[in-house]
Amino acid sequence: MLAAQSLELRKDILSLIKRANGGHTGGCLSSIDILVGLYFHALRIDPAMPRDPGRDRFVMSKGHSAEGLYCVLAKAGFFPALVLEQYGRFDSTLYGHPTMNVPGVEMPTGALGHGLAVGVGMALAAKRDGASYRTFVLMGDGEQAEGSVWEAAMAGSHYGLDNLVGIVDYNGLQISGKVDDVMRLSPLGDRWAAFGWKVVQIDGNDMGQVIGALDSVPAKAGSPTLILARTIKGKGVSFIENQVAWHHKVPTDEQYAQAMRELDTAIASAREARV
Amino acid sequence: MEKREMRAVYAQTLIELAKTNEDIVILDADLMHANGAFAFAKAYPERSFNVGVAEANMVGVAAGLSSVGKIPFASTFGSFAGRRDYDQFFISANYARLNVKLVGTDPGVTAKYNGGTHMPFEDLALMRAIPKLVILEPSDPVSLGKLIRKSASYYGCVYLRMQRSPASVLYPESEEFEFGRAKVLREGSDAVLFALGSVMVNESLAAAETLATEGIRAAVVDMVSLKPLDVETVVAQAGKTGRVVTCENGQASGGLSSAVAEAILESGVRAGFARIGVKDEFGEVGTVEYLMERYALRAQDIAAAVRSLA
Ligand SMILES: Cc1ncc(C[n+]2csc(CCOP(=O)(O)OP(=O)(O)O)c2C)c(N)n1
Ligand SMILES: [Mg+2]
Repeated sequence: MLAAQSLELRKDILSLIKRANGGHTGGCLSSIDILVGLYFHALRIDPAMPRDPGRDRFVMSKGHSAEGLYCVLAKAGFFPALVLEQYGRFDSTLYGHPTMNVPGVEMPTGALGHGLAVGVGMALAAKRDGASYRTFVLMGDGEQAEGSVWEAAMAGSHYGLDNLVGIVDYNGLQISGKVDDVMRLSPLGDRWAAFGWKVVQIDGNDMGQVIGALDSVPAKAGSPTLILARTIKGKGVSFIENQVAWHHKVPTDEQYAQAMRELDTAIASAREARV
Repeated sequence: MEKREMRAVYAQTLIELAKTNEDIVILDADLMHANGAFAFAKAYPERSFNVGVAEANMVGVAAGLSSVGKIPFASTFGSFAGRRDYDQFFISANYARLNVKLVGTDPGVTAKYNGGTHMPFEDLALMRAIPKLVILEPSDPVSLGKLIRKSASYYGCVYLRMQRSPASVLYPESEEFEFGRAKVLREGSDAVLFALGSVMVNESLAAAETLATEGIRAAVVDMVSLKPLDVETVVAQAGKTGRVVTCENGQASGGLSSAVAEAILESGVRAGFARIGVKDEFGEVGTVEYLMERYALRAQDIAAAVRSLA
């Protein structure tokens, strides 16, 4: 029932953003299926022991999608759902970008281009210590323009970090337009492969494929894995899908009601199909 | 008081300049809509380069453009302009003696809900450590427009710290501005407030108003330029009033407070001294009003600082 779960979480995200009157709507909706696959299936974590040394690490390098991460962390039990209501208030621990004050958050992110290098360090330490935890890093496709991503990509394969998994939320859009118009990325899969990563291409909004990819890591012994997840920015709400303007935008009352209706319909059919 | 959007002034001034100066080009890193550069890109698409989310690359490219005679204005959030670009700006632009204008937007608490990653408290201190760099923080739309023009005609690197939201007009259109020239906005004999940027200049004016009702006459100086610093005005005002308060929208160390303290101490003048600014803390989230209270940047905090200097 993970597909239904991420539809529910889409509702949580929209209500959070609506209540706070601000948020990165498009990128939260494109990446939520990946987060659900991670937190409710792949990651070996215990919300009761968020600092357990043996836990799998997850770094949300695209930290602006914090609203999605917060909703998932609450649902997973890292903190009470009630805390979500504080989002966007000045006395809240939930900032517009994740901080170390939030249980379950491994690194403060939001300045793009930081996550993968940190993931390399975490994975390297596991190799050196013979620890079995794995490290997952979720990046944006616009974020791929940061040079630091590629410095880390080089290091990941150089050190043979097959305990490291990079995931790109390949939604094709950034703030100022289509990623390939702003600063061409394609052929992104070939580029990662050329940097020594085993590339797995999936539809990142298809829960079956997300889980399949996460279950298959390391895709190649001795190499880091890069899951290139094709997604739709704003996925799940018709008028938000694939719209540049919805990178950071709040639905009106009417739009909000329509979004909830669309998601409720989708939830009903997901329940019916038992996915 | 009339307010005008600072980012509109930024784009409009560059569009005007570009009409007669073919060499003006702009660069941006996926934030053109936020900081206003978008309007320039519409007017001059062939002279605008949106390099994607790659700020360090943006400044390196700007340096290259400058080395063949272009006059690049490169903009991004002040947090990234300071931290992410620093090495490229330091070496490829400044050390290379080139002509790059770097614009850092959303200074200090005006980054509001974006929190610590996006809240530039450190950019002034970082930039001040770069030799020969000109550092400006215009306090109003008129001074912003004039200083962009000055920056364009000056050969050398400039860091322009720019609020993008609307700011009150403080000067008549005819007012002229120079690098290293402060503006005394209000005379006073009992204390002097040295302020930088729209937020702090306006708070200082309000503080002086409050103090006046208590019989304390506080001068207010809009510093305009952090570097070069108007040492003459700083020393003269410190000597005349004997009580100095520096007011900046960022860390109260390494930036304005340090520059003013250095100037006063070296001059031999002795004056009481207090700092308004962030005291060794990271950014948080909230409205500008809340954050100003949180970091004690408000008029009432400034007034209290003046009173504390016997
Ligand atoms: C270093 C840095 N530069 C700029 C920004 C501002 N910013 C926030 S989101 C974003 C666009 C990111 O696009 P993408 O990675 O494609 O994210 P998504 O489409 O998943 O939302 C930018 C430029 C930032 N957060 N960090
Ligand atoms: Mg994207």
